[in-house]
Amino acid sequence: MADKIKFAFLLAGGCAGCEMALVDMAEKLVDALEHLEVVFWAPTVADVKYQDLEAMEDKSIDLAFVDGMIRNSENAHTVKVLRAKSKTLVAFGACATLGGIAAMGDMHSKEELFNEAFKDTFSTDNPEGVLPTPQYLLDGKYDLTLPAFTDRVYTVDQLVEVDYFVGGCPPHHDFVAAAVQAIVAGNLPPKGSWLTSGKAVCDVCKRNPAAKGQERLEVGEVFRTVDGRPDPDKCLLQQGYICFGPVTQGDCGASCLNVNIPCRGCGGPMPGVKDYGARCISAIASSLKDDATAQKMVDKFNNMAKLVYRYSFSSGILNQKLPPKEKSKA
Amino acid sequence: MGIRDILSSMFGLGRKQEFTPNETSKGGTVKKIEINPMTRLEGHGKIAIFLDDAGNVDDAFFQTVEFRGYEKFLQGMPIEEVPRTVSTVCGVCRGVHFLAAMKASDNVYGVTPPPTGRKLRELFYTAHTVEDHCVVLYALGFPDFVVGPGAPAGERNIIGLIQKVGADTGKLVLRKRSLAVKIFELLGGKPNHPVAALPGGWSKRLTEEERSQVEKWAEELVELGKLTMQVFDDVVLKNPEYMKLVTGDMFKVEVGHMGSVDDRGRVAYYDGTQKVIDASGKVVGTFQGKEYLDFIAERVLPWSYLKFPYNKKLGGWDGIKEGPDTNIYCVGPLARLNVADGMNTPLAQEHYEKFHSTFGARPVHYILGYHWARAIEMLNAAERCLELARDPEITGEDTWNQPTSCTGEGVGIIEANRGTLIHHYQTDQDGIVTRANLIVATTHNNAPINLAVKKAAKHFIKDGNVSEALLNHVEMAFRPYDLCLACATHTVTGGGTPLEISVYKPGGELYRTLKNF
Repeated sequence: MADKIKFAFLLAGGCAGCEMALVDMAEKLVDALEHLEVVFWAPTVADVKYQDLEAMEDKSIDLAFVDGMIRNSENAHTVKVLRAKSKTLVAFGACATLGGIAAMGDMHSKEELFNEAFKDTFSTDNPEGVLPTPQYLLDGKYDLTLPAFTDRVYTVDQLVEVDYFVGGCPPHHDFVAAAVQAIVAGNLPPKGSWLTSGKAVCDVCKRNPAAKGQERLEVGEVFRTVDGRPDPDKCLLQQGYICFGPVTQGDCGASCLNVNIPCRGCGGPMPGVKDYGARCISAIASSLKDDATAQKMVDKFNNMAKLVYRYSFSSGILNQKLPPKEKSKA
Repeated sequence: MGIRDILSSMFGLGRKQEFTPNETSKGGTVKKIEINPMTRLEGHGKIAIFLDDAGNVDDAFFQTVEFRGYEKFLQGMPIEEVPRTVSTVCGVCRGVHFLAAMKASDNVYGVTPPPTGRKLRELFYTAHTVEDHCVVLYALGFPDFVVGPGAPAGERNIIGLIQKVGADTGKLVLRKRSLAVKIFELLGGKPNHPVAALPGGWSKRLTEEERSQVEKWAEELVELGKLTMQVFDDVVLKNPEYMKLVTGDMFKVEVGHMGSVDDRGRVAYYDGTQKVIDASGKVVGTFQGKEYLDFIAERVLPWSYLKFPYNKKLGGWDGIKEGPDTNIYCVGPLARLNVADGMNTPLAQEHYEKFHSTFGARPVHYILGYHWARAIEMLNAAERCLELARDPEITGEDTWNQPTSCTGEGVGIIEANRGTLIHHYQTDQDGIVTRANLIVATTHNNAPINLAVKKAAKHFIKDGNVSEALLNHVEMAFRPYDLCLACATHTVTGGGTPLEISVYKPGGELYRTLKNF
């Protein structure tokens, strides 16, 4: 048997759901580990140290996964170090590739986020209006420090060169197993590619009209999921339930559709598309029957950015919300 | 790769500890100690310890260092889209924010699910509880019991645990746990960050074929629960040395407790009435829904991104204090077993009785009891999972009561695996979120964790001597709460992180460093 592949896994800023996707592989992970030598898996494997990583030779790791977004200087530092040490770097999951859910925070200013959480929420008791501060001297003697934020959320490829991308929030563990198998077999596409079947959610969805030899019709209605009971066998989008299946990677096996819920794009854009939200809105809008239907959609989902950029705001071309003074300059 | 390595990598967090003198110069009083970041918890925190001139602990602070701002960016979203979105607060507690937001959405639209819809939700949640408690117990909790503070720290992890229980047992646990994830995915749509919530019900029907599969899996989960109690019994309860630790004052934090109970006063997770007791065990009151605002206020302190809730029925903010008069309270498995009169399944009830007869006085303030309570709850959830899988109503066709109007406000409270979780939303007339408030289990426990950490620090820092065991014991003090700081601050950094204690001389000069990585 050939030498084992030296493998590393780093969690940057994320919810640990991508870590759990590997745990959920269960027996398949056991099989994969026959081919992988885990040299770094912060912080989940014994005897692995950050300074060990820093001490490694450049390009001594064969394959590294990063999940999570870049949200602070520590994330940025460890990602850069891992990049230098790794031959192949994979951005793993929605946060690492697109920014993820919490990137929607960049649709607001930092002041708005802080004031809402620490001053305006219903149960907050904050008579003096204090906010957590990077450095605070308590009672004149306790000098307490907190790290400050980065100015915005960054995807991994906005910071370092990324060789491969894996979508999903989190990636489905069956797909992860397949991807790992492909890697082990050396069956890899050109660098810079998404590791994906290349099929859209619609392509793997059993509701797809094409699978039944039916024609795709213009969509004349727009519904939210609370608005009615969709036919369990028919395409949700055809019935007016706005679904992002046409523009989203389908390596999940259309899992949301399997429980009668529309896709919201966590799998990421089809290869070649840079701005998921823009592609999404153009695809959905062009499937709508007329202007009146488009107006219905605007009325139903009046914060369109939080619909179409739900998982992908950082990777899109829109800027974050800027503080007022910068805005007036613009 | 052996089973130990595999388990270590799957459950994670097996690790070695090192003592690294950072600087050899002698003399000078230790002034500030920082532990940053901490291991074996989800999220990101640090501990700062301040010493007086004699080198004893003056004060200690548990700080949470990151923040994401869900309360703000959920605004503008349709409430029915919130559960699948807010789930990403944490990928370990992969279903609890989803459930709390879903229950809040019921109230926003003034609908209650039909019996089948409600039971599907509960079945989903019992499976989640089994898999999550399982990870927490085997990776985080049990290792602390396997070796005491005197033993080499390098053994106090999952690897040491497997040596105790045997590799075959470890393998078995992993396989059975994955069945709980299968139930979660079947009902929720995704294996993590589920999507099947509808205000007033559940979007997925269970077919008879699926039900019979779930029943078989649930039978195995009950076996997993029994096995876990057996492990706990063998490793901890039969070992007088560990029991001394469990009932020792070093790990005692005297505060109030809160948890959900059903209509017969038994522990409830998916839905119930919140029961609040003070530190002496006296019932302060019970509440549901928006009444939480009569009981809970959250104080903001400038040195942490995590707020400090207190029981305002017992008076205004009075600082982080323990003792019979405190208005600080805790939540989670221990709190639930303290406020409740029993469990709703027979095997868990037996262990509940044993739990309380072992400790004697109620409420139990010994925080290592959290681990025991968690094991009992895991068995309880597995038993309930099987009951629901055998319930003829579970395959009913009617899973959803469709909303017909919008009330504009809703609170959803569940007992998350780590404790009481409150989601509160206001919306416009179309159900678009205008305000959001999240109070998370680890937030309730913020002040108690500070107390626990300070106690452990005081025990291990004497006259300027910083014992190597400090690291372990400070960790042991926070781990029972199963901190989920990702949840608590809705922060960005998940996963455990290595632990480092920096010790400072007066004037801020670095004296030495303790590291486990």
